[in-house]
Amino acid sequence: MATAKGNRAAAPTKKAARKVRILVGKPGLDGHDRGAKIIARALRDAGVEVIYTGLHQTPEMIVSAAAQEDVDGIGLSILSGAHNYLFPRIIQLLREKKMGDVVLFGGGIIPDDDIPKLKKKGVDRMFTPGTPIQEIVDYVNERIRPRK
Amino acid sequence: MDAAGKEILAGNDRAAARLMRDLDDEIPAAIRTLKALYRHTGRAYILGVTGSPGAGKSTLVNRITTHLRKRGKSVGIVAIDPTSPFSGGAILGDRIRMQQHALDEGVFIKSLATRGHLGGLSRSTIDIVNVMDAMGKDVILIETVGVGQDEVEIVKVAHTNLVLVVPGLGDDIQAIKAGILEIADIFVVNKSDRDGADKAKREIETMVSMGDFKEGEWKPPVLSAVAATDKGTVELLEAVDRHQEYIYREGNLSRYRREKARVELVEILKTRLIEKAVSDLDACGLLEPLLADMAKKRKDPYTISEKVVDHSFAFHLLNGGKPGSVKGKGKRR
Ligand code: B12
Ligand SMILES: Nc1nc2c(ncn2[C@@H]2O[C@H](COP(=O)(O)OP(=O)(O)O)[C@@H](O)[C@H]2O)c(=O)[nH]1
Ligand SMILES: [Mg+2]
Repeated sequence: MATAKGNRAAAPTKKAARKVRILVGKPGLDGHDRGAKIIARALRDAGVEVIYTGLHQTPEMIVSAAAQEDVDGIGLSILSGAHNYLFPRIIQLLREKKMGDVVLFGGGIIPDDDIPKLKKKGVDRMFTPGTPIQEIVDYVNERIRPRK
Repeated sequence: MDAAGKEILAGNDRAAARLMRDLDDEIPAAIRTLKALYRHTGRAYILGVTGSPGAGKSTLVNRITTHLRKRGKSVGIVAIDPTSPFSGGAILGDRIRMQQHALDEGVFIKSLATRGHLGGLSRSTIDIVNVMDAMGKDVILIETVGVGQDEVEIVKVAHTNLVLVVPGLGDDIQAIKAGILEIADIFVVNKSDRDGADKAKREIETMVSMGDFKEGEWKPPVLSAVAATDKGTVELLEAVDRHQEYIYREGNLSRYRREKARVELVEILKTRLIEKAVSDLDACGLLEPLLADMAKKRKDPYTISEKVVDHSFAFHLLNGGKPGSVKGKGKRR
């Protein structure tokens, strides 16, 4: 017996709305990918199409993938301490490519003192260890809209 | 041709990326651009890669891409992963294996979610392949989700279809047997570094040998590969070359093109007709009452569908057109 929900899924949808697309990746050399994977899964479960690019990404690779995939947001996980280089460099590349609308956010081991500086440079939001996943999902739902 | 179309033909990848997203999101203006681009398609060689999850499709696509780049070919990749039926979200992870091409301007990668579409592709796949074709990509690789009978129709989009099988899944080969011969132009036993690779290869060879091939007809070769270490990729591409020669032979190419055209048209009609039928019923205020009647078992879906279909197609006939003619005196669109 099909559930009401199942029936709904099978029925042709009237007008497909845009889906939010977000790139989740790990720039730099650290291999701590638990956080990134947890975030990717949580966002998928919140209805987002997550393009997961995996480990060891250069800023250039991330921005190039973001352009080809036409994403609305980029979420980066950095636990190596290289955040003060990686985030500003990605913002610079996004501006060069006229992709300033893409929301850049992230998390990892980021000292409290660095967060305001990164925000000033254009990182939208940072999440440090211990942040409840739901808080991150709520942020994405509220802040990131599919482009026009 | 609109501005977006012109930019795409002029080589603006960003415009192409935006159009692909718009097509995936079913934005009406995007269809207009695609209409204009359509006559610029038909030059790319399209390669389908199918096989169960984890078989090594993305890894192989990555290897094939490296070799094609060495040959000087530009490459488009459409990589499809499943949408979660529970949330509507998806994790598109095929790029992980292809990141060595991330900075190569001759390679364009687009990840797509199935968004409820059955048969291993997204509804938008053909549209997006057409955009890559118009962009001038020499070869377009399509990585599908899984393998099944549903895909038989849709894989006609590709000139050559690779079906990946991995050793140690004897039952799997049985399970995917139905329809698989019709899909595969080339079988690849990937992960041949594992136990049971020879057995898997023999099983498929037996399966192929039992197939009913006419004189001169293509018989799918069965190749071994270790995509993880690039073993067998060169031989695989040679087999693709041979299949390309076969496809380009007199008669075969026009058959392929007509078959692809048929799939394109039928796929689009399917979506459009269903949407139109349902929205027309809704607009007339009939949909909800009919559903309510069905729920109470006063009406059945078979009769309703027959009426809807008869009504839609009787229109032109009633308006003086001959059967087969669509130039009735009725309302113009
Ligand atoms: C598990 C772990 C490992 C595992 C990693 C397994 C894996 N595949 O991920 C292993 C054992 C391999 C490892 C190795 C190392 N580690 Co280690 N590791 C940890 C540890 C204990 C936990 C990290 C973790 O997985 N947390 C769980 C996840 C869910 O949390 P999270 O990633 O922080 O994510 C949360 C937030 O940060 C945020 N977030 C994170 N990413 C993102 C992304 C987005 C988009 C968003 C929105 C949010 C977000 O949301 C999450 C939920 O709250 C930390 C210490 C710690 N308590 O953080 C050290 C730690 C990160 N490791 C550290 C070090 C030094 C190393 C090594 C260099 C050690 C060594 N000398 O060998 C190696 C390097 C490995 C490498 N190749 O990079 C240091 C880093 C120091 C620094 N940055 O200044 C830490 C902080 C330990 C310490 N106190 O010294 N490590
Ligand atoms: N042992 C072995 N592993 C492989 C081979 N090819 C791919 N893999 C691994 O199989 C896993 C799945 O590969 P992936 O390409 O993502 O599979 P897909 O789901 O079919 O796209 C990865 O861990 C690969 O490294 C191979 O030839 N041999
Ligand atoms: Mg894959």
